[in-house]
Parts: sequence; structure tokens; C-alpha cells
Amino acid sequence: MNQQQLKKIAYARSGDKGSSCNIGVIAFTKSGYEFLEKELTSKKVNSFFSKFPVSKTTRYELPNLLAFNFVLEGILDGGGSRSLRIDSQGKALGQAILEMEILIPEELVTEANLINKP
Amino acid sequence: MKLPFRIANAQGFWGDRPNAASTLLKLEPKIDFLTLDYLAEVSLSIMAIQKEKDKSAGYARDFVSVVRSLIPFWKKGSKVKIVTNSGGMNPQACANECLQVLQKEGIKNIKIGILGGDDVTQILKKSPKNKLYKNLETGKSLKTVVEKLVTANAYLGAEKIVDLLNTGADIVITGRIADPSLTVAPAVYNFNWDWKDYDKLAQATVAGHLIECGTQVTGGISTHWLSLDRKKDFGFPIIEMNEDGSFIITKPKKTSGEVSERTVKEQLVYEIGDPQKYISPDVNVSFLNLKLNDEKNNRVNISGASGAPPPETLKVSATYKDGWKCEATLAIFGDRAEEKAKLTGELILKRIENAGFKPERSIIECIGSGGVVPHLFETPKNLRECMLRIAVADQNKEKLEYFSKEIAPLVTSGPQGVTGYISGRPKVRPIYSYWPCLIDKSLLSNEISLIST
Repeated sequence: MNQQQLKKIAYARSGDKGSSCNIGVIAFTKSGYEFLEKELTSKKVNSFFSKFPVSKTTRYELPNLLAFNFVLEGILDGGGSRSLRIDSQGKALGQAILEMEILIPEELVTEANLINKP
Repeated sequence: MKLPFRIANAQGFWGDRPNAASTLLKLEPKIDFLTLDYLAEVSLSIMAIQKEKDKSAGYARDFVSVVRSLIPFWKKGSKVKIVTNSGGMNPQACANECLQVLQKEGIKNIKIGILGGDDVTQILKKSPKNKLYKNLETGKSLKTVVEKLVTANAYLGAEKIVDLLNTGADIVITGRIADPSLTVAPAVYNFNWDWKDYDKLAQATVAGHLIECGTQVTGGISTHWLSLDRKKDFGFPIIEMNEDGSFIITKPKKTSGEVSERTVKEQLVYEIGDPQKYISPDVNVSFLNLKLNDEKNNRVNISGASGAPPPETLKVSATYKDGWKCEATLAIFGDRAEEKAKLTGELILKRIENAGFKPERSIIECIGSGGVVPHLFETPKNLRECMLRIAVADQNKEKLEYFSKEIAPLVTSGPQGVTGYISGRPKVRPIYSYWPCLIDKSLLSNEISLIST
């Protein structure tokens, strides 16, 4: 097990709804999904973004798609028109979460690599 | 009934590629319907201001150019129909303009259906204490902003579009409409589904959700973008809908990008909340039994969406005037670039404060040293260049105008390596803040009409 970035076993997409941002995180493999079900908790995601004005983080599971949907309320500081940040719509937060470092078993990375080859 | 029934998206937002519609028809002449989405959360406030200045404005003019670009296809006998929310704040004016263009070109027998009635501003203004009009995010009463309300539009569903299609409309122009309903309407029209056939409506809603952002489902903003084929333009998405609601999502041949399990999954989770309650005016959808079958060659089969009755309320997207904002950027190059950028930003804010123009809100970002997602990652050491971005907001426009004039002087008084002041003083722009709330369906009156060339 090594500290590795989430992107080794998952991909993502983020977008806005008012002040909230949702980040969909999709595991490459079923075993990756099961691992993340335990490791990528709403608490962990919330603390990853702790420097942002997040009022609440909710995780929804979509096991049929090997995906999670994280809804981070308040994170966009007013969102689209009101926020002063350059990423006022949270477009970059999907890429950001993929850089999160977690302890990942090596076999999960190997498995994901097999699928992820273009 | 047409089988397979093809619905394509040719516009994901106001500003998307203008030739998407004509390119789609050139590559795939057998498309039955084009859907074009022009309205993001605050687009209508821009259109409302345009209409205030000019009674015949307030819609997406770009759509008129799209209609013009399709004239050669209609002349050659194309039967393609269109559903779009390009009407914005003024569907009637948008339709009139399209009609004129078609008539000028001698196109006969094209009927344009117009759907209005989504503007609920007056209804909201009458009862600002109504609990349904509370801000869905903050819980605040509408009373707090009612004086500053600019727009309030309910997201309408597919039903009245289907009525218009059934009376022969070839083009339907609406104002605010739930994005997926642009796809649900053609499907219901073609298959004559019952409005209680919730599972089928759910499938069509998923199809609409997948294509509403144009190329976002065919490789655009994909995590895998770098490894995708980009030789040609990414194709806009096409749905091949079956009578039972199952469908294939694909894109035109001879286009780049990708439609695969990974691009479809990414778009499925785009801008959703609880995947068990994806609520539209047509149906309440659950994604939890969705099945994806990647048939390769850019074809993915999707089934399994389940539907339940929609709520008695509609979502309203309202906006209110919330002061002004202004943002300035300057590139900083050279030794200790980040430090210089920060100090320059602070200097400006101090300078306007000293002049008595301190803005209510301000932010300094160093793009290149983690400014896009602040505090998440370690900043690179000895950064040689970065972009300084200063953004300020205030209710008082005058303060921001003062700020705007203080950027250029940095070119001669800032650190060595300040560059990139090329587009003049930054603009002071109005802020239209977002006010999401609900409304009782029964308060709305639909306004539908049909005009013909």
C-alpha cells in the first residue's frame, strides 16, 4: 500500500448548482469501487476541501455505475455570477479531487491500469 | 411512429458552436429532431436587461442564425424538426424573427410553435412571504430581495411542447424549460407515450440529461481528454430512442471524440444531486438501476431508469440584482513572481481603500501557484511566472470604477516583469445572484400559439 493519487483508480467530473458543487467520482473497477466505498467517505472529502466554505458534504452511491456523487454545499461562495473566484462554477474541482492522496493497495492500481489503457 | 427515432443536440449552452446543427445534418441526414439548449442559470437575467432596452429583444439571437443555416436542408426536403429554449425572455419575438428569415428565403409550410408562461416574476412579487418562494439553498425569505428581483422563471415540462408538435409545429421555441424536457417532448410525440408511463419518461429524461450539454458526453471535458482522438471536431450527441424507452447514445460518423462507458458515466453524474431523485416537471427519475452496455464504435445502450410521479411544484430559477463586480488580471514574470503578484494585489486594494473606495468583497488570486483551487496543494517553489487576478464586488458601482482605473498605473509603478495589460480598463459588470425556489404548478398559465410561413 502506497500513498497514491485518487486518479490512479478513478475518474471524475464536477459542476455547479447555485452555491453547491457536485463531484462525480467513478471507479475504473468494481474492486476499486468497493475500496473507495470504505475510504472515500463524505468526511474525508469534506476535510480535503476544508479550506473552502463548505457547509455540508453528502455522498450518494451509484453502485450500478461504480460511481459516487459528492454534493458540497456552499463551496462555490455564491456560485456563477456572485462568487469572486476564478473557478466560480467548480469546473476544476473534479480534477482537484483526483489529486487527493490516499493509501491504495497496489493491485487496485494494476487492475485499473489494465482498464484505463487507451 | 419513426424507428429508430433520432434526437440530436446541437447546442449545449448560449455560445456553443454555431455550425453544430448544419454539421449534424450534413453528416447524419436521418436525424428527426434537433434540440438546442441556450439557458444556463443566470442567462435569463442578461436577456431581461436586453428586453428592457428593446421590446423586440431578450432571446438568443444565435438561434436565428442556426435557422438560416438549415434553410438549404429544408429546401432539399429535410423534415427535421427543432425544439429549443432560445426564446428566453421573449419566445414570441424569437419566433417572429425566425419566421421572417424563413419567409425571405421562400420556405413554405413551416410552422413555429411558441410556448411561454414560464415568467412568474409578477406572481412571486405579489406574495414575497410565501414559504415556497424561500431560497432553496439558504432558506431566506423572498422578502429580503423582492425589491431587487430581475427575473423569475419556472422550469416548464414537456407536455405543452408535445401539444404544439401534435398541432403540426416543425419548430418549437420556448422560454425556461427543464433541459431534459427538450428531449422528452419529441420522444412522447413520436411514441405517443402516456404521461403516466413514468419509466419511459424517465428513460427519455436520462437521454435528455446526457445530451443537454452537447459535446460534454462525446469527449468534451472528459478526464481522458488527452487520450481521445481530436483530429476532427468532436461530434454532437445523437439519441436513437426505442419504443420501450431504451436508447442508444452515439455521435455522427467521421467526427472525433468518443461515446463510451466512461464518457457517458461522467455526464450522467454531471450536475446532479440525489441520483435517486432526479426531479423534472415530467417525472421523478432514479438512476440507481441504470444499465449501460458499451457496444463499441461509439455506441452505448442505456436502459433501466425508473420513474415516479413528478411533484406538484415546479422549480423556479430567479435572479436579483446584487451590486457590481470587476476583475482584473496581469501577468507577473521573473524572480519571486508569486511574491510580487501578491504584493501588487495588496498594493492595489490598499490604494483604493486609502482613497475611500474599499469594496465590500475582494479577492487576490495567483493563477499558476494554486489560485484556481486555493489552499489544496503545496505551491511550487521558485515560481517564475504567474497570473495575478484581483476581483472586487460592491453595491456601489462608483467604487469599482475607481478600482478599474487603478490597474493600468501598475505597468509603470509595479514590479519589473508586470505585463499583459492589453485589453484596457477592466469592465464593471452587474451581478445577478441566483435565487432558486419552488412554485405551485396550478398558479401558472401556459401561453401557446402557432405561426406559419
